[in-house]
Amino acid sequence: MTTTTAATAAAPPRRRRSKTGTSGYIFITPFLVFFLLFFVLPLGYAGYLSFFRDQLVGGTVFAGLDNYARALKDAQLLDGVLRVALFFLVQVPVMLLVALVAALAIDSGMLRSAKLFRLGVFIPYAVPSVVAALMWGYLYGPDFGPLAQLGDRLGFTPPNLLSDSAMLASLGNIVTWEFTGYNMIILYAALRTVPTELYEAAWVDGAGAWRTAWSIKIPALRPALLLCLIFSVIGSFQLFAEPNLLQRLAPNVINSSYTPNLYAYSLAFTSQEVNYAAAVSFLLGLVIVVVSYVVLFLTSRGSRR
Amino acid sequence: MPTSMQNLNRRQLIATAVAAVAALTIAGCSDSSSPAPAAAATVTQADIDKAMTTPTTLNFWTWVPNIDKEVALFQAKYPAIKVNVVNAGQGLEAYTKLRTALKAGKGAPDLAQIEFQYIPTFSITKSLVDLRPYGADAIKDKFVDWTWNQVTGPNGEILAYPQDTGPMGMLYRADLFSKYQIDVPKTWDEFAAAARKLHAADPKVYLTDMAANEQGAWHGLMWQAGSKAYSVNGTTVGLAVNDAASKKVADYWGGLAKEGVIATDPDFTDTWFQGLNNGKYATWLTAAWGPVFLGGSAKSTAGKWRAAPLPQWDASKPVSGNWGGSTTAVMTGTPNAIAAAKFAEFLNTDPESAKMFNSVQNFFPATKALLADPAFASQKSAFFGDQQVNQTFAEIGETVDVSWQWPPFVDQAVKDWTETAGKAMADKGDVAAATDQWQARLTAYAKNQGFTVSAG
Repeated sequence: MTTTTAATAAAPPRRRRSKTGTSGYIFITPFLVFFLLFFVLPLGYAGYLSFFRDQLVGGTVFAGLDNYARALKDAQLLDGVLRVALFFLVQVPVMLLVALVAALAIDSGMLRSAKLFRLGVFIPYAVPSVVAALMWGYLYGPDFGPLAQLGDRLGFTPPNLLSDSAMLASLGNIVTWEFTGYNMIILYAALRTVPTELYEAAWVDGAGAWRTAWSIKIPALRPALLLCLIFSVIGSFQLFAEPNLLQRLAPNVINSSYTPNLYAYSLAFTSQEVNYAAAVSFLLGLVIVVVSYVVLFLTSRGSRR
Repeated sequence: MPTSMQNLNRRQLIATAVAAVAALTIAGCSDSSSPAPAAAATVTQADIDKAMTTPTTLNFWTWVPNIDKEVALFQAKYPAIKVNVVNAGQGLEAYTKLRTALKAGKGAPDLAQIEFQYIPTFSITKSLVDLRPYGADAIKDKFVDWTWNQVTGPNGEILAYPQDTGPMGMLYRADLFSKYQIDVPKTWDEFAAAARKLHAADPKVYLTDMAANEQGAWHGLMWQAGSKAYSVNGTTVGLAVNDAASKKVADYWGGLAKEGVIATDPDFTDTWFQGLNNGKYATWLTAAWGPVFLGGSAKSTAGKWRAAPLPQWDASKPVSGNWGGSTTAVMTGTPNAIAAAKFAEFLNTDPESAKMFNSVQNFFPATKALLADPAFASQKSAFFGDQQVNQTFAEIGETVDVSWQWPPFVDQAVKDWTETAGKAMADKGDVAAATDQWQARLTAYAKNQGFTVSAG
């Protein structure tokens, strides 16, 4: 997607640009104003902050790249980044696979109540993530959750889903539950744009439903899947609300640097290290850009083959 | 996308530059407008009379429910002063808001509710008005001694007036104790033996829950053990969260947790409330506000509980620590310092107001007068089998060690505790060794913040 835009944009004739320039800018002015005011300006301010150090004793001093140097050596930050990277590697494929199967199933026209099914899969996305995390927190509860109660009745010890070893998987389950429907809708919408002639041709050629799905639908979905993947990169690396809420239930498992976003938040509001938090946020942004780029690079190389 | 990015590059640079300039200006403004600490010149009675009759509005941030009842008492006496009570949340949320408003240089209240442990944290940023010019020294004797030490700064400044306290004691299930033939432990050794005996008799029951997330109780127990974990002197901060007393506490609880004879469930969670109700925990080591709280949250166990002092390290010299309680502080930058200081004084020393805090909010008093009041001390609590619980805790209050101090960055100390010692408790690891990590982390933080760090 981006490669094509880049290719067309790489060599626009000089003549055309001068012609469309003024009116183009007028059209995007309303957007630009808000973009500058609420995105670039705060971003710039955060960047500016990240070059200073505000101490409880001694006040604010210019620190240059000290905050960044410190962040690169910060084991807590590194642990957090590795944790969300692992989360991304495991959770996202599962979620996208489930979303893909659901989208293909609806699109196949062979589901009895496809609309109901679509709604059912999508509804979790409409539940605010705060509510979702609270709800799942209850379900996971080691003493009061349904699993624990079932274990109590049947006389087995249920696994503690809020323990050190299970927490990441428990979080993955919540996020999968929340966002499968969202990804499914994107994929399903993309499937609707596939021209029916292709299906007809495939049918004439004797392709069955599975063959059509494999050879036509999935290739057609590549851009949409890529979009989902990029959203997931951002979502995974910025994981915040779910661990923040489960922290209350498992305060000794989810620490203040469990995810990089949580870490930046606790630095700013608990440790009063706003400047360092800004540097951490910038580095996290950089990590997301790099990972997104790597994902794009790998997938676009795959498409050329 | 790349095109728009390219076009934006220059724009972004300009915007950043603009932002930087704006930020510099803002920073400059807030620095110059942040008010100087109040001068220590004593205010005359004439000044006070004038201030108290001039129509004034005081903004007061507090999370205390129904505090308007006490405020009404004040306004009946000083009709010219209007107190605007704002609930700005509780705990970290409230302090974050307060800090932000103070930093911004506007929007901060005239007065705020501050917990004892947060006083040095706000005094290091010069956010609390010294109350000595407004007659603080004259009312010193009204408050329990240790509470007065808690509100006293390193140079003798009085930074707030105590409102409620939480000397620590032990609430226990008399029915479980008699069922399993356990005597009320007087020392920590007896407590440990009781924990083993009880858990062996019924593996579903634990003598107590030492919540691995509850730094408040932990600090209270360090306080009792005589730890000198923190001290502040100007820009020098003494840190010794791994001193001998602290390690003694850590070894004791870490050992019991490893043996599995006590629980380490996080407190104030559903699991924990259930545990209190269904007899999973036979004691709760808590503060003086605990009895009323328990009465509300473990109704099904009414009549089965009793109160006793904490077990002791040395039974011949009973000591306790404190957990919780709060104060009223006047915030730097208030244009109405006199009225604010007098309001804080009235709220916490007026006999009727102090009594109301106990009867309406169930606060455990900080004034000597109320603690000594027979009507207070002799109250019988049905939840505790008609025991005079107030009397028990009033006596415990007299044994609270007066020398304990809090660090000027309590949020960080709490956070680092949770992730080192607390974590080790939960994992049944080496808690004493974890206090060394706690010390290391906190030392690094303090140095980063520009403090000179001394050991202890």
